[in-house]
Amino acid sequence: MSGSSPEVRLSHLDQLWFQVSGTFCNLTCRHCFISCSPKNDSFGYLPLEEIRRCLAESAELGVKEYYFTGGEPFMHRQMTQILIETLRYGPATVLTNGTILKDEWLAALAAAEAESLYSLEFRVSIDGVSPKTNDPIRGEGTFVRAMQGVSQLVRHGFLPIITAARTWPDAEEASIVEAFLAALRAVGCDRPRLKILPTLHLGAEAQRTRGYDASERVTAEMMQGFDASQLICEHSRIVTDRGVHVCPILIEEPRARLGDSLADALQPFAIEHGACSTCYQYGAICSNPSSVVAGLRATRGVPGNQDASSERNA
Amino acid sequence: MSLNAARIACFGGVYSNYLALEAALRQARALGADAIYCLGDLGAFGPHPDRVFPLLRDAGVTCIQGNYDDSVGNSLDDCQCGYVDPRDNYFAQISYDYTSANTSAENREWMRTLPKELRLELGPCRMLLCHGSPRKTNEFLWESTTPTHFLGKLADQHRADVILATHTGIRWRRELSGNRQFVNVGVLGRPENDGRTNVWFTMLDYSPASGMQVEFVPVEYEHRRLAREMQAEGLPREFQETLLTGWWTTCLEILPSKERRRGRF
Repeated sequence: MSGSSPEVRLSHLDQLWFQVSGTFCNLTCRHCFISCSPKNDSFGYLPLEEIRRCLAESAELGVKEYYFTGGEPFMHRQMTQILIETLRYGPATVLTNGTILKDEWLAALAAAEAESLYSLEFRVSIDGVSPKTNDPIRGEGTFVRAMQGVSQLVRHGFLPIITAARTWPDAEEASIVEAFLAALRAVGCDRPRLKILPTLHLGAEAQRTRGYDASERVTAEMMQGFDASQLICEHSRIVTDRGVHVCPILIEEPRARLGDSLADALQPFAIEHGACSTCYQYGAICSNPSSVVAGLRATRGVPGNQDASSERNA
Repeated sequence: MSLNAARIACFGGVYSNYLALEAALRQARALGADAIYCLGDLGAFGPHPDRVFPLLRDAGVTCIQGNYDDSVGNSLDDCQCGYVDPRDNYFAQISYDYTSANTSAENREWMRTLPKELRLELGPCRMLLCHGSPRKTNEFLWESTTPTHFLGKLADQHRADVILATHTGIRWRRELSGNRQFVNVGVLGRPENDGRTNVWFTMLDYSPASGMQVEFVPVEYEHRRLAREMQAEGLPREFQETLLTGWWTTCLEILPSKERRRGRF
């Protein structure tokens, strides 16, 4: 199959990801594309020393942004220290479920960000606008706990980016986005930032809904005239405790492991997986700026702009 | 191009703000600028887009092509600003549709001819003038998301001692290794989301004794008049509010958290 799949060249290592807590997570979400759980040890914790080594190497390579994911990154006992050290190099983003954040960690991180030139972004995963829609996916009680985490982050001066996997029909998207923004404002998040992600039919999600079928592949023809920078493999790599992989989505695919070190893992990658077609279709799904929310642009409504409007009318 | 001149003025993003442009050109001359450069995005946001072109030509401003100039010049469907959130794109499209519909064929043709980058020498310094970054016209280089080592690599790859860019709408600068630097020169088109109504441009001054000196220059202009003209043209009230208050009300989702927190919305 790889013979016919187009290869994507790494133009520049803009984004360096760390699978910092491996596949360990305090939650067991039903749509997790790498089936993380408290007991999944497919990937382990990344030692702080290894992260330090990669940060030093990344400066030579001119990396632009650092991302930390898992699992739940804050399961890593040195997560605060890792972020503090990363902020000496560049902007850092941590993808958390928001349910185990401690005030002492956030206070230390707020102080580190204030001293740094760079932004520290928190991305909090919440997959429904209420316990009724979120908890069946992420687990009992997780909506309330995650919203408390959002509130905690706001109290410490952060502006969390809420990420939600699209587990609803497209037709409901506009109303769900509005409900999300209202729910976030209700817990004190007066500048809600919301990023809607497509689901990835891998891991637990493949069991919950479906896996990719053989027709869902990116072909050489599809790449004609396509802006390859929309694909994460064009500008990113991820460090795990088992080597360097092409992207955060495919760490469980054997062919996605590209080498032992960053320098070994800069070669082109054949985008032969079903998940590559999701990346192709949506673009920028792993990066911070919100991806396009289907259907909203045509409504002429202005989602989420009430804060500015209410100020004007005050 | 090698300049005998030692003192230049640089600005970005005019965004049809012809009143700020007039004021900035007066100030640049008063400050003794030997040459004036614009880093692109002549239209957008403001009213009467054709009004900036005679001012630029009469003042002998050397312009490079921003994403907006490429889009309007080539009649593309959108501004290529690089926004990805629907809330940002909603207002960006209103601005783009108005600007595109009100720009003359002659000015479109002129924008098509503009270069994507410009190189010059100021004393011994190799200057690279671009819109977003040396590698991509619409790349956002925000202060809080651009590592120093990344800028150093850009300077290495593009063989520049000083990189001048704009696009984000907020000025900043960073010293790099080897006595090099990166400068985001700011924009004339709208204020910087800091509650002040002025806009900014940059003076660069080289002398053998003091090396490269960079000064950000605030520009006061008739912002209330511009807001009234925008209202008369039917442009969004949100845009007028930004001019009148100095706070961004639109295109906020693209901001990294540090830059967003400095604003009001």
